[in-house]
Amino acid sequence: MITSNSIRMEKVCYSIGGRTILEDFDFRLDQGVNRTILGVSGAGKTTILKLLLGLLEPDSGKIFIGDLQITGLAESSFMQQRRRIAIVFQGGALFDSMTVGENVGYRLFEEGQLSLAEITNIVLEKLTFVGVEAALDLYPSELSGGMKKRVAIARALAADPDYIFFDEPTTGLDPIGVYNICKLMLRLQVEGKTTLMVTHDLATAFATSQRFTFLHTARMLFEGSEAEMKVCSIPEVREFLKPTDGSLFI
Amino acid sequence: MNPAVIDKALLHAFSELQNYFILARRTFVRIFQRPFYYREFAVQFDKLGFSSLFICALTGLFSGMVMALQSLIQLKPFAATSYVGGMVAVTMIKELGPVLAALMVAGRVGSAITAELGTMVVTEQVDAMRVEGTDIIKRLATPRLKAMLLALPLLTIITDVVSVIGGYIMSAGYGINPTMYISGLPQFMVFQDLIEGVAKPAVFGAIIAVTGCYVGLNTRGGAEGVGAAAKKAVVLSSVLILVCDFFMAKIFVVFRG
Repeated sequence: MITSNSIRMEKVCYSIGGRTILEDFDFRLDQGVNRTILGVSGAGKTTILKLLLGLLEPDSGKIFIGDLQITGLAESSFMQQRRRIAIVFQGGALFDSMTVGENVGYRLFEEGQLSLAEITNIVLEKLTFVGVEAALDLYPSELSGGMKKRVAIARALAADPDYIFFDEPTTGLDPIGVYNICKLMLRLQVEGKTTLMVTHDLATAFATSQRFTFLHTARMLFEGSEAEMKVCSIPEVREFLKPTDGSLFI
Repeated sequence: MNPAVIDKALLHAFSELQNYFILARRTFVRIFQRPFYYREFAVQFDKLGFSSLFICALTGLFSGMVMALQSLIQLKPFAATSYVGGMVAVTMIKELGPVLAALMVAGRVGSAITAELGTMVVTEQVDAMRVEGTDIIKRLATPRLKAMLLALPLLTIITDVVSVIGGYIMSAGYGINPTMYISGLPQFMVFQDLIEGVAKPAVFGAIIAVTGCYVGLNTRGGAEGVGAAAKKAVVLSSVLILVCDFFMAKIFVVFRG
């Protein structure tokens, strides 16, 4: 059980092939405070999510899920803590060989504690919540991009997590798709889920989060609210919020 | 060459070798751990084993025919064509059957395992499984290993049987009757040959499965990475099969005394 309701990173460094992705990075996600990590593509936003989930091992620094430091632990040692977190991957990451229903009920089937009827009920409930209950028996290859994202959200919800991470949830979607995903995220927040999103889509970020972190050249350049961000004087943040020097559009 | 470069390359090679054996050990240990993923095993046995039946049978048929043809040409001047059955059987069962079946399966199945797992890695499906609490070695690698451990010996037995039949088809054209052909078999073979003929493919099956899984789970990049990984898996498992065949033959010779 998570006794301290936060997930945090302390002085985390991470590099791949000699390229520094994160350097002395501190981050904290408290339950009930919905956050977005902003930054240009390749800034290391997705890496932060994977580090927080224990999918990647940092070069140095500490990562905590609640009171448990997961750094250096075998994956099986923090499975119980990680159960409180779910993630919606950028492309959905639905299992190709399984139907939508099997995808959504995957964790419940794996745990083997519920009957088939109980799992089916939960799967239908989650699919109805995201509005794709008709896709129950379809395979991921038969779904549109927006539907895949919704099914991925349903799968994330199946284990009733406290935290849901979203990796670029609106990338590649049309405006209606973006609106629907934002609406879903807000509904999840109303139901008590804490969301952490990484994106470079400002409209989605401002619509769904209260706190913002701006990542640039492996470091956190800004942390604050929307209002604070909009009056921030840091040049990189200002450029990200309004990236026009006019030259492209003359 | 710069010593630092050699040093780095050697370190990389040993690190890869270590990781390969770590995966192999973990995959073997998990054969005996719950959950057993029976459905996944059945799917893999069908995909990796049963679907390779035709190609193995075809390989056996033509290998047996070629073996018989070459043997008949050599034996005819000595009026010893009645030994052709035994020669085909001993060569196919001890060496060519296991190796040819394994190489065919490595090309067909090794690349398929790597491509499937590689695609799952690059599309983050493997990460998704880990987040859902799944032990990916137990879920993805062990069922494939079990399927190959069972399927390749069976495929090899079929390859051997078909090759002996193929040998007879060719011999019949040279006036060898079935009794003559079959009576040659016990003269050339002992029981240990049959054991050898089944033990080798079990080891080769393990090599194909572990190599396919290792390369697949370490795939990086997108579609290009998956293609390169599949090619690497086939080359690596084929080479390992041939090297392993030599050492196993040496071991069996020692045991034979």
